[in-house]
Amino acid sequence: MSALLLALLLVPLVGAAVCGVMATREHLDRAGKAVGLAFSAVSLVLVAIVWAQFRTGPGVPRFQGRLSVEWIPAFGTRFALGLDGIALTMIALLAVLVPIVLGFGWAEKLPPGRTGAGFTALMLATQGVLVGVFAATDVFLFYVLFEAMLVPMYFLIGRFGGPRRQYAAVKFFLYSFLGGLIMLASVIGLYVASDARLGEGTFDWTALQGMAAQLPLETQIWLFLGFFAAFAIKAPLVPLHTWLPDAGAEAPVAGAVILVGLLDKVGVFGFLRYSLPLFPAASRELAPLVLTLAVIGVLYGALLAAAQTDMKRFVAYTSIAHFGYIALGIFAFTSQSIAGASLYMVNHGIATAMLFLAVGLLIRRGGTASMTEYGGVGRAAPLLAGMFLIAGLSTLSLPGTNSFVSEFLVLIGAFSTRPVFTVVATVGIVFAALYVLWVYQRVFTGPLRGAAVVGDGPGAASAATMSGTDDTGDGSWARRTTARFGDLTRGEVAVMAPLVALVLVLGFFPGPVLEVLEPAVSATMAEVGATDPVGPPTPINGVPR
Amino acid sequence: MTAPTFPSIDYAALAPVLVVFGAACLAVLFEAVLPLRGRSRVQLGLTLVAVVAALVAVVARATSGAPAVSTLAEALAVDGPALFLWGTLLALALPSVLLMADRSVEPGGAFVADPVALAEVEAESRVGVGASRGGSRSAGTSGGSAGGGGRGARDAARAEGHTEIYPLLLFALGGMMVFCAADDLLTMFVALEVLSIPLYLLCGLARRRRLMSQESAVKYFLLGAFSSAFFLYGLALLYGYADSVKLSDISLAAAGSLRPDSLLFAGIALVVVGLMFKASVGPFHTWTPDVYQGAPTSVTAFMAACTKVAAFGAILRVFTVAFGSTVWEWRGVLWVVAIISMVVGAVLGLTQTDVKRMIAYSSVAHAGFLLLGAMAITPAGLSATLFYLLAYGFTTVALFGLVSLVRGPEGEATHLSAWAGLAKRAPVAAAAVTFLMLALAGIPLTSGFTAKFAVFSAALADGMTPLVIVALVVSAVAAFFYLRLIVLMYFSEPAADGPTVSVPGPFTTVAITLGVVVTLLLGVVPTAVLGWVEGLSFLT
Repeated sequence: MSALLLALLLVPLVGAAVCGVMATREHLDRAGKAVGLAFSAVSLVLVAIVWAQFRTGPGVPRFQGRLSVEWIPAFGTRFALGLDGIALTMIALLAVLVPIVLGFGWAEKLPPGRTGAGFTALMLATQGVLVGVFAATDVFLFYVLFEAMLVPMYFLIGRFGGPRRQYAAVKFFLYSFLGGLIMLASVIGLYVASDARLGEGTFDWTALQGMAAQLPLETQIWLFLGFFAAFAIKAPLVPLHTWLPDAGAEAPVAGAVILVGLLDKVGVFGFLRYSLPLFPAASRELAPLVLTLAVIGVLYGALLAAAQTDMKRFVAYTSIAHFGYIALGIFAFTSQSIAGASLYMVNHGIATAMLFLAVGLLIRRGGTASMTEYGGVGRAAPLLAGMFLIAGLSTLSLPGTNSFVSEFLVLIGAFSTRPVFTVVATVGIVFAALYVLWVYQRVFTGPLRGAAVVGDGPGAASAATMSGTDDTGDGSWARRTTARFGDLTRGEVAVMAPLVALVLVLGFFPGPVLEVLEPAVSATMAEVGATDPVGPPTPINGVPR
Repeated sequence: MTAPTFPSIDYAALAPVLVVFGAACLAVLFEAVLPLRGRSRVQLGLTLVAVVAALVAVVARATSGAPAVSTLAEALAVDGPALFLWGTLLALALPSVLLMADRSVEPGGAFVADPVALAEVEAESRVGVGASRGGSRSAGTSGGSAGGGGRGARDAARAEGHTEIYPLLLFALGGMMVFCAADDLLTMFVALEVLSIPLYLLCGLARRRRLMSQESAVKYFLLGAFSSAFFLYGLALLYGYADSVKLSDISLAAAGSLRPDSLLFAGIALVVVGLMFKASVGPFHTWTPDVYQGAPTSVTAFMAACTKVAAFGAILRVFTVAFGSTVWEWRGVLWVVAIISMVVGAVLGLTQTDVKRMIAYSSVAHAGFLLLGAMAITPAGLSATLFYLLAYGFTTVALFGLVSLVRGPEGEATHLSAWAGLAKRAPVAAAAVTFLMLALAGIPLTSGFTAKFAVFSAALADGMTPLVIVALVVSAVAAFFYLRLIVLMYFSEPAADGPTVSVPGPFTTVAITLGVVVTLLLGVVPTAVLGWVEGLSFLT
């Protein structure tokens, strides 16, 4: 499995290099996109194999498929990879989403002078680095990739984004970079502490976990705060969130999916993998602080989401609310809430990806992201409206959709240890229903108006020109879009269909994913030294724990 | 009357320095006797051979396991750090020489044919501008801009005449090598002058923008002379205190004596000021932006990389060997200096509109980071600083090489606005600049990150946590102006009459490639170099 894991890391990077070279030749543009898609498909197959080989159940090692190669002995750092359930689900989600967004981006209109192959290259580079971020079991390697993943995303936003892309790209980079640098202080601090305590400096996660947990509380708190700064910016928790709406709104839709759906997950993933196990005492000590921020995020994100008129900003703010739930689940320290939070990370990725893509399809037709420009889209494009509704219902955690399971697990798990925070956060569910349905109502129902009537905005016109090169073979689509606001093409349905399937399947059968997550969750619980308050947790959804 | 005793000289240990100085003297002779035609080729060949030979000698010495010696009546210490610094200096001099020798980017080379003929050059270029550009920009408004196009056959023939840069460079290089190996303050002072005076001259030799170049030379000279005076005064005070100029004697005297401390601390302060000036550590950095901007870019590359190495080499040696016993007395002051340097470099760097000035302020910020490692006075601090110097030097040389490629009608287009949309015109050059900018910002997988990591962990281990936090915040601030250049190059549309990116000649290509490759290698597989610097220690 180690070889597969390494391949998972390298395949996208090689693909990125190939596409990057092809992007410099105009006539290879289309071929570059196809090659990129092929590479992402290979990644998907690899993930499926890894998933099948991944052992679950009690007694599995903390990390599977471990791989460790000497890297910089002077720093005591190794190129060490390994998977636990949480990392695997994140990598799997990534592998599922990248082909989907590449498929979505196939017909996307790009700013002048930008090539689809270049876009594909940056996307694959992001994927490769992100796989490394999730799979790293060496803190130094994690930090290196944590910072390195900013670079392709920075170019993705800055080169392919909306009108204010420069501002958004720089803001995104600087926020994350600053957080990363503060984390670097803690990373170095850990190294220095390991040098003092273990006799030699190391970055090995397992060694550090054993060492750091023994550090005095005050030291732990300082180190925790360094990591927390980076993860809270990345997640983002509320006072540090302002870069996300800008980046989400200005990034190209496909980039926004990866940015909000996965790149930001590194923040909450970091809480689970680094903050809790490395600094258990500090985590318990500072949990109320984090929980407060989380709950504020739930409510504040929901309120601001309801107030948006730009649909991409709207999706970004809903994500801030969801990240609040995830942080709540993590810092409530029960098996259920942490399992729920881990599952939530997957489900939020799916729901947000779908919502972003639905918004992207709408923008492609109407040429604007402003809600006020639309009305009654459901009449002109019922399939699109249906897709948006499914995504929206998943976002508001309707029972039967994937997000319900995770949100329920988080709330029921958190209630047993943190009733007050949980009750307040539950109010967010009501807000979620409000903001999703309100947007649906304004944009998709009622009489046709605005951009939905003519459908000849810049986006529609470009969609028409792009469809000439569309490989769906649906030539009639071009005429229909110019004639009126067209519904989804077969190609677009094909892009969205896997997400619809995931929303429903994970809504009814979350078991397989929970099974993969379970060992990592109980390991994290053990590492943070928390026990469930009321005996063994009851089975949820028929999943034996 | 007793016969004079001559000090023993370890020629083997001194071989690299002797090669460089020997070549420098030979180059002066060549300058006098060789005919003009073809002289530059001979001089270049001589310089390259000398640098490579010296480099080979350094590597041979370092790998032979010869013990550290203090030779020439204990004036020069050839120890591990000295050999590493020599190697770094020579390795950095190589691309710098190549940049200086390039004539394909700027026809006839970047140096003025005849330094005294200012008026003539100006007049000539004005005619050239008038003829070819319709007087689009008069020489007067830019304070002595030289135009393009006005290079007649006469000028081309005279272009051979700037060959004195090679002996000047060799002398400066030799001075730097002695500077960072000097085991007593007097030798150090002499070396300081030997390295400085050729640099003052080199700064004033730019073919374009003559007045700015000469202004930078005068500024550098005047401020440099002051700093030398500071250093000399400090030296005198320390001699008064310790009865010796030897570094180890000063340390001994300071460790256990009842002598008045005021002499010692005044002396330390003045000597350190002199050293900080050369290393362009803030607040002694004020010459840096002007000189970096005014000097010919290849000279700037040489100065930015090699002077920094030499100055920090000397700082490391002085701190460790001479002032190590009093570290707790002076370190508090240096905390302030380091903070000022980092903050000034990063904050003023934000406001710059000229690429060369921006890199100059970045170098001030980097000097602050380097000072963190140098202050640690631990083996980890020493090795981290040495590594940082090597990494930073190569990044900077390559960066200035790239700066010299971006050209408008009036020579190098260093104004930031001229770089807009560069990625479209020259994707490879823009990618290289981006990579080097990320290295300066300290993004992982570049040498900049490895170096910063090493320095910061050494500083943290030595109890300088607040400084490290300041340094990290400053890194984030500085990242903004590195990013701004990337934003300009990639995300902005190119201006209609923007500059072009010259196709570099073989020399410049080699220099830039070398810098970029080293920056990448030291970021991804730094093990070999880290292994080399790890066990080094000064001879005390």
